[in-house]
Amino acid sequence: MDPILVLEQSLNGLQFGLMLFLLAAGLTLVFGIMDMINLAHGSLYMIGAYLAAAVAMATGSFWLAVAVAMGGTAVIGVVLEVTLLRHLYQRDHLHQVLATFALILMSNEAVRMIWGPTALALDPPPSLAGPVELLPGLYYPAFRLVIIGVGLLVAVLLYFLVSHTRLGMLVRAGASNREMARAMGVRVSLVFTIVFAIGAALCALAGAMLGPLFAVQVGMGESILILAFVVIVIGGIGSIRGALVGALLVGMVDTVGRTFLPMWLRAVLPPTVASNLGPALASVLIYVLMAGVLFWRPQGLFPARG
Amino acid sequence: MAVALHQRVRPAIVVPVLAVLCALPLVTQWIDEPFYLVLASRVLLFALAATSLNLLVGFGGMVSFGHAAFFGAGAYVVAIAAMEGVTSAWIAWPLAMGVSALAAAVIGAISLRTRGVYFIMITLAFAQMMFYVFVSLKAYGGEDGLSLPRRSVIGLGLDLKSDTTFYYVVLAVCAVVITLLWRLVNSRFGRALQGVRENETRMEAVGFPVYRHKLVAFVIAGAVAGLAGALAANQNDMASPSMLHWNQSGMLLVMVILGGTGTFLGPALGATVMLLLEETLAEFTLHWQFVMGGILLAVVLLLPGGLATLLQRRRTDG
Amino acid sequence: MADLLQIRGLVKRFGGLAATDGVDLAVTADEIHALIGPNGAGKTTLIHQIAGSLRPDAGHIVFDGHDVTRLGMHARVGAGLARSFQLVSLFRKLSVLDNLAFAVQARSGTSFRFWRAAADERALFDEARTLAGEVDLADRVDARAGALAHGEQRRLEIGLALATRPRLLLLDEPLAGLGPEESDRMVTLISGLRTRCTMFLVEHDMDAVFRLADRVSVLVSGRIIATDTPDGIRAHAEVRRAYLGDDALVDG
Repeated sequence: MDPILVLEQSLNGLQFGLMLFLLAAGLTLVFGIMDMINLAHGSLYMIGAYLAAAVAMATGSFWLAVAVAMGGTAVIGVVLEVTLLRHLYQRDHLHQVLATFALILMSNEAVRMIWGPTALALDPPPSLAGPVELLPGLYYPAFRLVIIGVGLLVAVLLYFLVSHTRLGMLVRAGASNREMARAMGVRVSLVFTIVFAIGAALCALAGAMLGPLFAVQVGMGESILILAFVVIVIGGIGSIRGALVGALLVGMVDTVGRTFLPMWLRAVLPPTVASNLGPALASVLIYVLMAGVLFWRPQGLFPARG
Repeated sequence: MAVALHQRVRPAIVVPVLAVLCALPLVTQWIDEPFYLVLASRVLLFALAATSLNLLVGFGGMVSFGHAAFFGAGAYVVAIAAMEGVTSAWIAWPLAMGVSALAAAVIGAISLRTRGVYFIMITLAFAQMMFYVFVSLKAYGGEDGLSLPRRSVIGLGLDLKSDTTFYYVVLAVCAVVITLLWRLVNSRFGRALQGVRENETRMEAVGFPVYRHKLVAFVIAGAVAGLAGALAANQNDMASPSMLHWNQSGMLLVMVILGGTGTFLGPALGATVMLLLEETLAEFTLHWQFVMGGILLAVVLLLPGGLATLLQRRRTDG
Repeated sequence: MADLLQIRGLVKRFGGLAATDGVDLAVTADEIHALIGPNGAGKTTLIHQIAGSLRPDAGHIVFDGHDVTRLGMHARVGAGLARSFQLVSLFRKLSVLDNLAFAVQARSGTSFRFWRAAADERALFDEARTLAGEVDLADRVDARAGALAHGEQRRLEIGLALATRPRLLLLDEPLAGLGPEESDRMVTLISGLRTRCTMFLVEHDMDAVFRLADRVSVLVSGRIIATDTPDGIRAHAEVRRAYLGDDALVDG
């Protein structure tokens, strides 16, 4: 097998996994601490991507666009949390599913009203548009390297935030023991809002960074939302560490599977069968992974609760 | 007040509804809007699918986010059977139920090891797997889906190509199967299932094989969803991967919650309201999804028990 | 007299800690056998293993001559081994009558019947009513189980176990959280069941234990250190040292 291709695909997997982590981190905390199923988490990702594309188009600056998208989406997140979502924390999961499903419909339509039905283009900064030679013969897009760098940076920052700050202590306490979090009283609602804002900003960051790779379009939030849920279920709900491990697993398995599975199949099966089966199996891999993890560890890899 | 386990279905509601449904083709003919009859068939078969999902969600406490898998599987069985030359409804429809039941048995046997949110997610995962399998099966149309060379053949002088005949057949199937499900909910089995919903450990501790009960319910619900899918394939003249997509599972779940999980007929009401809203709103505005979202949100916030509670409230008032 | 329940070499570890550390125990037919021990001795873990909600790592549980170690909870109930829960576990939203009718239904024939309305099965509810009377809840049959007073809930808990017609009844701290008056009532109730089934009782209230039990086993750090009559246990030197302390017979 071509080592260059393996390395390149591993980097792609790492990059996709880290972006999934940005989404999954917020989702797993909201889920773990507030016991809230937020299907609209993917909508924040979409809104972030649209804000970034709009600002980039208006100003020409990618990094300004990223910053505005993060800030703007965080504000939207806070408004949502304060006006609506916090009334759902105590309700059962079914109501949360229905309400946040409604939010998906509304935000998709709102985006369509504002930016129209066609996909927007978001270009990476020109200085990062080209490839870099990582190893002799291995050229890798500079922008994807930046995505990896940003992802790692956020992972480190989140680790520091969760394990070394007072906010992080409250968050950890909340994820492992919700009753205690409630018993901590009035400040809890502030913690929830902050966590939600951070989660929203991370969604926007992922949306802005992935915008140049995928299309910025309505519906982009849902497909990635499912992946983010797969990630947090594999990792164990409420666990940041689980989200990171789950995200990297899913990112790797998905990316590597899509490239190599069809190749392997072509080697052992007749070409027509292989070309039929390859993409199917590749798409199914992460769900097989998740079903397998849940079969042997029904609480995920790193259960936050004992 | 203690929650009642026996689900009453009031003749005062059911008889007029059935009468209206029976007379509907006359009305659509009179106002010359045959499309409404097609819509009504669609509403009925989704009411059936939603009622089957409610057996799990409302009565078994199992929130399945993958019910569309069985719906879609039923549709594909009919389409594939028709492609292979088997068009008799008497063979294809039971076959659709059988295949969906088998899929539900396998998926349920694994998924029911998990609980709560993990169960929601694992059922979703399995449905997505089936979705991708059908997307990639080029022999069966892949992403484009598989069109039905012709609708199922019932015989008895009934031709499903006629919208009116199709409507009456769907109405009859729905009426029979929903009645069966109603009997089931009130039977010993249904009672035990509701016990599992209320307190699983307790049921186990008074001697119920809980897992077996849940699995049987899962299989029955899957089979009924498969039947609804078989009807849907006939209505759309095709089976497509989108019928198994998680969006479809989400829609079914929304119908159930919208109507009210605690009631037997609530989900059928939810399906009706949802589909009619979709049709009506789309006529007024391009951005009907926004309005629809707003209405769903209002229902969650103002009517936590679902739309069915509206009717109940009126009943106790009157 | 024959042993109804035999436990041999039972071991259950959580991580490195052995919560059950080679327990041997026999419950004789028709006795009330009490299990006492300090907090953290592993009493609840042992009850869970006997009832079937926890799998032991090693050892055997033999009920009425049959090895039930690998059987699930519901299968053990079917064999006549029922339990009450330390933390009351009821169908809180349902009526007392429906609670009891579930338990009757579980015992009386298959539940894989799909047509006939269960609400029309007179026999289920007649027996449920009788049971309600036996645990002093005859006038509360229509109340929501979650709305009952704590003492009433404890009695319903016993009623649910009785409905399965157990031959051995596992009672996990049936007096927990009860005031003196309610405790007294419960002790009378349990005492009245003496003729119906064998009982294995885990309880902290030493007065009650010594009033009810024919034999007492003492569990300390996952091991049975003594089994004897109540008087024997009172006099047992090792028990006094390891658990009761020299002056105190009442444990909180």
